[in-house]
Amino acid sequence: MFANACQDVTVRRLTRLGAGGAQGDFFELALDFPGAGDTAWARWRPGQFVMIRPESFGLDPLMGRPFSIARADEEHGVCVCFQVVGRGTAKLAALEPGDRVAMWGPLGNAFAARPGAPTLLLAGGIGIAPFLEYVKRHSSAADLRLVFGHRPPLDCYPFAEMAALAACEAHRETCPEDLHAFIALLGEVIPQYCPDGLILACGPLPFLRTVGRLAGEAGGRAQLSLENRMACGIGACLGCVTEHKEHGPLSVCARGPVFWSDEITL
Amino acid sequence: MDMTVSFAGLTLDNPIMTASGTFGYGVEYMRFGDLERLGALVVKGLSLAPRRGNPMPRIAETPAGMLNAIGLQNIGAREFVEKRLPSLPWSRTPVIANLYACAAEEFGDLAAYLAEQPGVAALEVNISCPNVSEGGILFGQDPRLAARVTEAVKRRAGAKPVMVKLTPNVTDIADMARAVQDAGADALSLINTLSGMAVDARTRRPRLANVIGGLSGPAIKPVALRCVWQVCRAVSIPVIGIGGIASAEDVLEFILVGATAVQVGTANFIRPDLAFRLVDELPALCAALGVDSWDTYRGSLKA
Repeated sequence: MFANACQDVTVRRLTRLGAGGAQGDFFELALDFPGAGDTAWARWRPGQFVMIRPESFGLDPLMGRPFSIARADEEHGVCVCFQVVGRGTAKLAALEPGDRVAMWGPLGNAFAARPGAPTLLLAGGIGIAPFLEYVKRHSSAADLRLVFGHRPPLDCYPFAEMAALAACEAHRETCPEDLHAFIALLGEVIPQYCPDGLILACGPLPFLRTVGRLAGEAGGRAQLSLENRMACGIGACLGCVTEHKEHGPLSVCARGPVFWSDEITL
Repeated sequence: MDMTVSFAGLTLDNPIMTASGTFGYGVEYMRFGDLERLGALVVKGLSLAPRRGNPMPRIAETPAGMLNAIGLQNIGAREFVEKRLPSLPWSRTPVIANLYACAAEEFGDLAAYLAEQPGVAALEVNISCPNVSEGGILFGQDPRLAARVTEAVKRRAGAKPVMVKLTPNVTDIADMARAVQDAGADALSLINTLSGMAVDARTRRPRLANVIGGLSGPAIKPVALRCVWQVCRAVSIPVIGIGGIASAEDVLEFILVGATAVQVGTANFIRPDLAFRLVDELPALCAALGVDSWDTYRGSLKA
């Protein structure tokens, strides 16, 4: 029997994170886990992503939406965290248990894991999502530290669960001075992991640029998870490319989403 | 019902093909369906040398559609033939190479190289590109230039069928179709994307770095149906319908107005197994609607 990596699954639950309202609407969406028998899902790794397209999209919005996999197992289902930012996420926020969703994945590469190596996780905003499972899998084997920058309240993110497992610190930005302080903190922390530690980052593009620059200045490099706009998610449309210094434009979906900071031009 | 369709010397198990630019080099979709079940595969547009394509952003979602300005990024014909084609089920399912060049002679060289590959069943010529030697006018917008490209490809394609893909961005698409037919094309495929734009009122920026892009998806289906209908009445060679096809019913609509087969394009982005699903769904829909042969249904629109 052919194992189609695109499946129709149903919504298990949609949980609001935080209080919503003016702080922004954040959710964790849990979909049916395609099953332990699905070897691709049994082998997924943090940093990979999934394309989600609810049946309720009809023909508009047209394209599925990519999300980092926050966790995926029999107990929790396939979970993604998202903030409502446009038409697609607004429709995702209206899903109810039992609704049908097309889901294809797990897609893309994954973050590196080096047991024993000091590992620094840098997350900006909803970019914290892929680190939830990363912390779970690697907190005992590695010397892990997570530095999280965010604007909305901390309860909009799955932070508490991670803080119970590893050294996690959160820094909230409420004014421009906070941002400067956060960048200064990155400037202090990142060199401590260069060149021998492992630095992984996920978040907004300016944040990733800063992480890549600081790591480079300290003689190291970081793995950056990019989130370019995508149509297909599988390397066919070439809509999401990033500039690789050696190979030219590469699909973020198929050749990433995780790239070494010294190999790409952001 | 027998789903087989034949045109221009090709025989397809069913009328569902994939559209160039929306199906990668075919291999990207192997996780989502058995490529042998498709009528034919049309792969991403190939040029003689690899192309980098346009700057980012290259895509923008629009109501029931999308704009793209990928800029024909591709790995080049040779890399495709050596590294991708061997993985495709070309001995069972026709693989059609879409080709792109900026001068008529270059089209000819590319056609000769691709046509001599046993794994390439036919050529599809993308004439929606600027002619650098004539001030950048699009080959596909001038019947004389379109005919010249068609002749250049036909002359070098040997026995391989040549299909020319028409742009809808013209005053009279039937005129273009006749010119290309007269120049020797074995079939036509239409429509390519509609020229369009999307802008952001807040940031005052275009949504595509290239500013102008090509509109595709369900939003363009009515334009595509109209074009296929007009062209089918103007020419005698087979016409392949393209434009917004996302369901088995859409497939029948194009055949109803005269298309021999269809290409599924942007809908491959709605879900990557969509073309395979249409292959599965088409026989039941034909049965439900009393369609019992392509020959009697094709072009049977009561207009």
